[in-house]
Amino acid sequence: MIGLCLLIRRDLRLAFRGGTDAMMGVIFFVLAAILFPFGVGPDAAILPRIGGGIIWVVALLAALLSLERMFAGDHEDGSLDLLYLSPVSLGQLALAKAIAHWLTSGVLLLIASPVLALLYNLPSSAFLPLVATMALGTPTLSLVGAIGAALTLGARRGGVLLALLLLPLYIPVLIFDAGAIDGAIAGRDITPQLMILGGFLLAALALAPWATAAALRQAIE
Amino acid sequence: MLHRFANPARFSRIAARVLPWSTALTGLLFVAGIYFALFASPADYQQGDTVRIMYVHVPSAWMAMGAYTFIAVMSATSLIWKHPLADIAARAAAPLGAGFTVIVLTTGSLWGKPTWGTWWVWDARLTSVLVLFFLYLGHIALTHAFDNPQRGAKAAAVLALVGFVNIPIIKFSVDWWNTLHQPASLTRLDRPAIDPAMLTPLLLMGLAFMAYFITMLLIRMRADLNAARARALQLSAAE
Amino acid sequence: MSIGIGNRGNVQGLTTHKLGCIRGERAVFAGLDLALNPGRAMLLSGPNGSGKSSLLRVLAGLLPAAGGRVDWEGTDVTEDRDGHRARVAYIGHADPLKPSLTAAENLAFWAKLYGFDPDIEPALFQFAIEPLADVPVRYLSAGQRRRVTLARLALGQNSQAGPTLWLLDEPATGLDPGAVSMLANTILAHLSNEGVAIISTHGGRLDALLNDHADRFDMHEFAA
Repeated sequence: MIGLCLLIRRDLRLAFRGGTDAMMGVIFFVLAAILFPFGVGPDAAILPRIGGGIIWVVALLAALLSLERMFAGDHEDGSLDLLYLSPVSLGQLALAKAIAHWLTSGVLLLIASPVLALLYNLPSSAFLPLVATMALGTPTLSLVGAIGAALTLGARRGGVLLALLLLPLYIPVLIFDAGAIDGAIAGRDITPQLMILGGFLLAALALAPWATAAALRQAIE
Repeated sequence: MLHRFANPARFSRIAARVLPWSTALTGLLFVAGIYFALFASPADYQQGDTVRIMYVHVPSAWMAMGAYTFIAVMSATSLIWKHPLADIAARAAAPLGAGFTVIVLTTGSLWGKPTWGTWWVWDARLTSVLVLFFLYLGHIALTHAFDNPQRGAKAAAVLALVGFVNIPIIKFSVDWWNTLHQPASLTRLDRPAIDPAMLTPLLLMGLAFMAYFITMLLIRMRADLNAARARALQLSAAE
Repeated sequence: MSIGIGNRGNVQGLTTHKLGCIRGERAVFAGLDLALNPGRAMLLSGPNGSGKSSLLRVLAGLLPAAGGRVDWEGTDVTEDRDGHRARVAYIGHADPLKPSLTAAENLAFWAKLYGFDPDIEPALFQFAIEPLADVPVRYLSAGQRRRVTLARLALGQNSQAGPTLWLLDEPATGLDPGAVSMLANTILAHLSNEGVAIISTHGGRLDALLNDHADRFDMHEFAA
């Protein structure tokens, strides 16, 4: 537990010292989402209908951007060897990295998403569901993303490969997020979707650090 | 070095003995299957001859799922028991599985146009097979993404197991998503009973596809082992 | 096959039996036997690609052995991986330092993570980097960074139950003669404390300084 906090604090400190690097993901998030109205036209009837889905698709891509560096720095400078030799297990390391990633990317996306909802003219009934799906969905992205980040450590063209590996795995989250927002706009009860998203999060919490640890072990060899 | 090739060497010997038989069996099954599929089975009373696409479409769908299951089992074998042949088997099976998946998608599309009036529907079956195709692509790409082939094999093994968890989720979730948005699409094999005259060619083609998979798997594994042995000889010659 | 060196009759310290290593598809070394008693260092020599780094990584448990075994005091280290990890201090080629953190912050992180004495001052003094303590590592020269990396050894040394098995992969790279002496003194203090050190070198000043307390081991004999 002490090790976990120590690792999260270290990653957060590195993110703060990195300055604007941490903001890149959320800037991309807003910028990419703004492109769509230009592409499909600023029709006030279309934008609210597709807004929830677009915000989520762009959030997936924004989360991918920062995932590539999750373990890469520690891999390149040999820190990963020392982390492996330390009393902290690789599973704890994976969990700490995913939490730190979520705090530096998912939370920012969560804060920015209502702004995008405004730009897309989403009805006010969709705001809370959007934030709720973000709160339940983005930690899953970080946890599952950690597996991909560990698998592609040291690979050629790691970034593109990471997208190829992770986007299919992200589809279930996307389906239920978009479903929840659509449901909220249509005035349906979205508790089932939120329950399933919560279930995904719990499953990812239980399984993803374990798979990430297996992948990290391969990367250290 | 010897202990590492002891097992694969035995595999190569067995494969060499099995291959002529499995190749002949594949050929026979295909001839029989195609004969029944094209000539000795009736046309559907609604779809006409279009229904014959089924004899390629359904067996390749079975094999697309079967090959992924095979890869997942081999990946577990590789990670848990560190069997040297498991990685090679998984690596050899992935492009075959991807090929079957392409056949399912294209034949399904060709079948869909005359019967449903569209090349593509975002329904549960189609979407989950499409995701399966991308899982295959990711597996193949990850296998070849590293300078150290063993690292690629192990990483791909972890991915195959993680992806295996994803398949039921996709199937289930898209079903659920589908009912929310649009009426369920037709699913061909859901009809109460299939005519025995159609079942014979379907099973024959299924067996033919499986025999083809086994034959190609053995050929690819043997080629992989031979290439590794050739590299080992080159490296030892350099020392 | 091969002939080990060192005292084979004694089960103190570190021994390996027919150790082999495969990297990729290439066998790096095979049938490697070595034995090292407490209070002794071993200097690994051999040409590039002879497997010095791989051997150190196998001994640290970072790489799995392709064959054979590594024993500590007569017990296979794979039987108690956590115990072995706690025993090892490993210095690799790269400096595991974060450029945006200061030298002191970098060291303090490793000290806390490993459960070492959180007072890092003595370690900084030992490698004469106390004036650089509050400078972000990105502004340090290669030699200064190496000294910060090596100060990690002193952290363990100044703690109770610090690592006993030091595995150092060309630790003197980029160090000036003064810093090499600091490193040699640190290693000698470790040896006098019944510690064990295995060090890969390309010859030079560190070899000379450790000469009286070190066995030599040529990797060339065990090329596979």
